[in-house]
Amino acid sequence: MRKGLDPLLPVVGVVGLIIAWYAAVWYGIVDPVLLPSPGATFHALWSGMSGGALGLDFVKTVWRTAVSTAIAAVIAIPLGIVLGSSERLYRSVEFVIDFFRSTPASAMFPLFLVLFGVGDKTKISVAAFGAALVILFNVAYGVINARKVRLLAAKVMGASRLRVLLDVMLLESLPQTFVGLRNGVSLALVIIVVAEMFIGSRDGLGHRVFEAQQLFDMPDMYAAIFAAGALGYGLNLMFILIERRFVHWSGK
Amino acid sequence: MERLATGPRTCASAAVAGAAVGSATVLPHVTIRGLTKRFDKVSIYENFDLDLPRGKLISVFGPNGCGKSTLINMIAGLVAYDSGEILFAGKRREQVKLGYVFQNYREALFPWMRAFDNIGYPLKLMKVPKPERRARTERLVAHLDVKIDLNRYPYELSGGQQQLVSIMRALVVEPEILFLDEPFSALDYEMTLFMREQLQRIFLETGMTIVLVSHDLEEAVYLADRILLLSRHPARIADFVVFDSARPRSAATLSSPEFVQTKAHCLDVFQREVRG
Repeated sequence: MRKGLDPLLPVVGVVGLIIAWYAAVWYGIVDPVLLPSPGATFHALWSGMSGGALGLDFVKTVWRTAVSTAIAAVIAIPLGIVLGSSERLYRSVEFVIDFFRSTPASAMFPLFLVLFGVGDKTKISVAAFGAALVILFNVAYGVINARKVRLLAAKVMGASRLRVLLDVMLLESLPQTFVGLRNGVSLALVIIVVAEMFIGSRDGLGHRVFEAQQLFDMPDMYAAIFAAGALGYGLNLMFILIERRFVHWSGK
Repeated sequence: MERLATGPRTCASAAVAGAAVGSATVLPHVTIRGLTKRFDKVSIYENFDLDLPRGKLISVFGPNGCGKSTLINMIAGLVAYDSGEILFAGKRREQVKLGYVFQNYREALFPWMRAFDNIGYPLKLMKVPKPERRARTERLVAHLDVKIDLNRYPYELSGGQQQLVSIMRALVVEPEILFLDEPFSALDYEMTLFMREQLQRIFLETGMTIVLVSHDLEEAVYLADRILLLSRHPARIADFVVFDSARPRSAATLSSPEFVQTKAHCLDVFQREVRG
């Protein structure tokens, strides 16, 4: 293959998947009730997203994920900088952070249901909780791993501790902070979708997937799954683009 | 201070505390008395005395791990010492402006700032207003006749250009003393030769005191007025050699008899210290 066609390489997998899907339906390898044709699925996706119920659910899920990630970032970034600026302070709380980071956030649902009742508050707070721990630990590590030479350079030029923190450590931790934000938003989306399925929800992508399955409306279910996939991919891509724009030195 | 056997005529062994032979005419710029530094009970410096003459380019050379970098880091206030005193013509560290150039320019520069803003950053720390910061940085760039696109970010520049930006960042505050910690050892040979000439030019034009840590004896002698040879730790002054060859020095200096003699003498002292 010529080098000029290389940008098209990612399309190969997509086309391959659709062909395999068509073949599976065409030759009846999979029960057509369980696997609708790609055409039927994309039709459901298109009509659902353009003015249908799926579009509203999509917006709901985006909103909940965005709010929970924003809350997580507002709490975790300043806290991570403070904890990271003193390695001894971080070591003293490291176990607690690691413990709760390793606890499946879904295990916290009953507790948060008791605290906030059935509603958006619970979904958003559990997702924010999970995302905050991921962001916190990444920011703290970003600050701890700030290049020692860079800190010494600032010090020898006469920078105070506060200036070193603001001018050097903060910027040094940005690439790692973005790693935390990307992982955090992915986790928040997972938690939100699960919460929409199982803890009394009347909208959202999780609810749509679950309801379509209950109604045995397979094209709708697949459409909702693809919408969720596109959302996850899009959020990740968005953070990558923001990072490239504002943390241009990342990895250089 | 024990006087070690002196080599050729040009190599006078200079002792400290006023008894200096080579630096009798210049008042010391930095005086170090009773300096003691330990790392985990290993004594790097034990009751160490040293005078650094003003307006000279001083190379520091010695065996690996003898504490060359630690010495300039202690003088520059980057590393704490256990006891002793370091004064700059009677003043304390906080009262003097120093310039410091690190070996690792990649990590020493700020990648989020353009080269121009990197150079001006120390002025920002001194709360110099922005227009004056600009003017002073531009003046320095013009003075050094630097041909680098300073609107670029450090990672867009070559290694030599980055180190040149580092040096300008150290010079912009017009420091009393410039410290360089193996500044050229991460550069290729061609760039190293070019940077040596740049440093020599800066020294000739400013006449400031420069302390250069080097692991390359040729470079240490070629650039220096004085070569400080340190022993294994706990570090003593093995010799403080004078090299008075005329400036500007050039490739011809490297083959002149006085250079060859001085370098041979320094190598002698060095090898004795390594074996001993």
